[in-house]
Amino acid sequence: MDFFIQLLVGGISVGFLYGLSAMGFVMIFKSSSVLNFAHGELLAIGAYFFLAFIVWAKLPFLLAFLLALVGCFLLGIMIERIFLRPLIGEPLIFVIMLTVGLAAMFKGIILLIWGGNLHTYPNFLPETLGINWGVVRIPPVYSATLVIGMLFLLLFGLFFKFSSQGIYMRSVADNQRAALSLGVHVKRVFALSWAIAALVAGMSGMVLGIINGVNVHDLSAIGLKVFPVVILGGLDSIGGAIIGGIIIGLLETFTGGYLSPSLRDVVPYVILVLILLLKPYGLFGLKEIERV
Amino acid sequence: MENLLLQLNNISVVYSDVIQVLKGVSLSVQKNRIVSLLGSNGAGKTTTLKAISGLLKPENGKVTDGTILYQGRELQNQAPETITRNGIIQVLEGRQPFKYLTIEENLRVGTATRWGKPYRSDLEKVYHYFPALWKRRRGLAGYCSGGELQMLVMGRALMAHPELLLLDEPSLGLAPLVVIEIFRIIRRINEEEGTTIILVEQNARMALQIAHHGYVMENGKIVMEGSADILRDNPDIREFYLGMSAAGNIKSYADVKSYRRRKRWL
Repeated sequence: MDFFIQLLVGGISVGFLYGLSAMGFVMIFKSSSVLNFAHGELLAIGAYFFLAFIVWAKLPFLLAFLLALVGCFLLGIMIERIFLRPLIGEPLIFVIMLTVGLAAMFKGIILLIWGGNLHTYPNFLPETLGINWGVVRIPPVYSATLVIGMLFLLLFGLFFKFSSQGIYMRSVADNQRAALSLGVHVKRVFALSWAIAALVAGMSGMVLGIINGVNVHDLSAIGLKVFPVVILGGLDSIGGAIIGGIIIGLLETFTGGYLSPSLRDVVPYVILVLILLLKPYGLFGLKEIERV
Repeated sequence: MENLLLQLNNISVVYSDVIQVLKGVSLSVQKNRIVSLLGSNGAGKTTTLKAISGLLKPENGKVTDGTILYQGRELQNQAPETITRNGIIQVLEGRQPFKYLTIEENLRVGTATRWGKPYRSDLEKVYHYFPALWKRRRGLAGYCSGGELQMLVMGRALMAHPELLLLDEPSLGLAPLVVIEIFRIIRRINEEEGTTIILVEQNARMALQIAHHGYVMENGKIVMEGSADILRDNPDIREFYLGMSAAGNIKSYADVKSYRRRKRWL
């Protein structure tokens, strides 16, 4: 039973990370219909930013965390400004190929600076963060992940629901022409969605780096997991991305725990195929509102 | 003529560098007036509105000739972000709500041109003009009826404090009673807010009832203009748009000889 609960908590917290980074992916897709193949690299960049701040600059970890987030946010804006804005109006496939190129470029830069070895963060999480209720023992990383995950989710939920800028972003995703006619700054919305996507992806990368260590190949491979997550949740549903992430996270840890660690990367895809057979648009995919 | 708000001087619009839609359109709009733009499908009415609001750009259209003067400034081929911030808001044809946003969120998108400024009193103003929206303000726009949606998109435009409101076929696909209601509100907005309105309509009878001035377009050109009263009494307008013979009785379509039906002002 305690093993089960440990797997459950581990799965949910990893799932939160998958979900959050998938949320960034979905945001870019919703606002500009671009599939971002460089998402895994954004995760890795977040982790390496954090590494640079905490190991090289020796900053306290909270400050390093915040600075790394700011760095990711700015990087997202820069990607949109420098690479994507000139391609507005070009066929979508150009933009998608561009993201493939970006992925190669970012990976190359990281390998150039840090090399392909595994790096680890110094252990900075206090042991008191861990939960120790008799049989249930949860390592501090996982409880921290849960808290951070929920915090981000809440923050972005509130942002999209209530803030004007969040509503403008949703309006662009909903009907770009109408948003334009009302003077919504559509390019600014694109930039902001890239910035937020890079921020949440970077955040997930940092936490995954704390859990597994920092390695560019592993982290960009985790970025690939965004695809089963968003396909499961529905490509255009932010809530679906979170739930899809948690489902994939749970499937992975339970397969790893009960069946075999070598199967953990396979079973989620098998379940994915089954779900798609039943619900081709994903669990929460777009159901167009039809007025009858 | 210091009351002049908008002036189009001989503008030509070309889509994708090859398709010429407007061939030298000139019109002028006085402040606080309702100007109606009439004409059959494909005459270039919507394109004229889009040339003014800058929405040609995303559709690969361009003003290739002529000038659009708004309050003395040239506006042709500017980005819609700039033009809307000068107080020109277009309400698109076919309503175009944000389906997955609630009514109130839809209205809040109208504040995009003045992000960060208070908007509560504007919401109240919109609910005052369109009480039907108040009841549904928490519901998704995708589930509203056509009449409610028309009110919603007009209210959304009002949230931006437009100086010049471009309305593209507000009566499209609405029941006659709803059309009357919508037109009554358009007139009230013009009178109470002092908003200048350019109204594109197929429903010439309604449009000429509330407009002060009218233009008739055909094949990308203005073929006739005049005050609404004069246009209403023009025998050609009566025949082609209001469906009456010169004598004033309603004409049967069968009576119109086909060669006469075809011949307009070409």
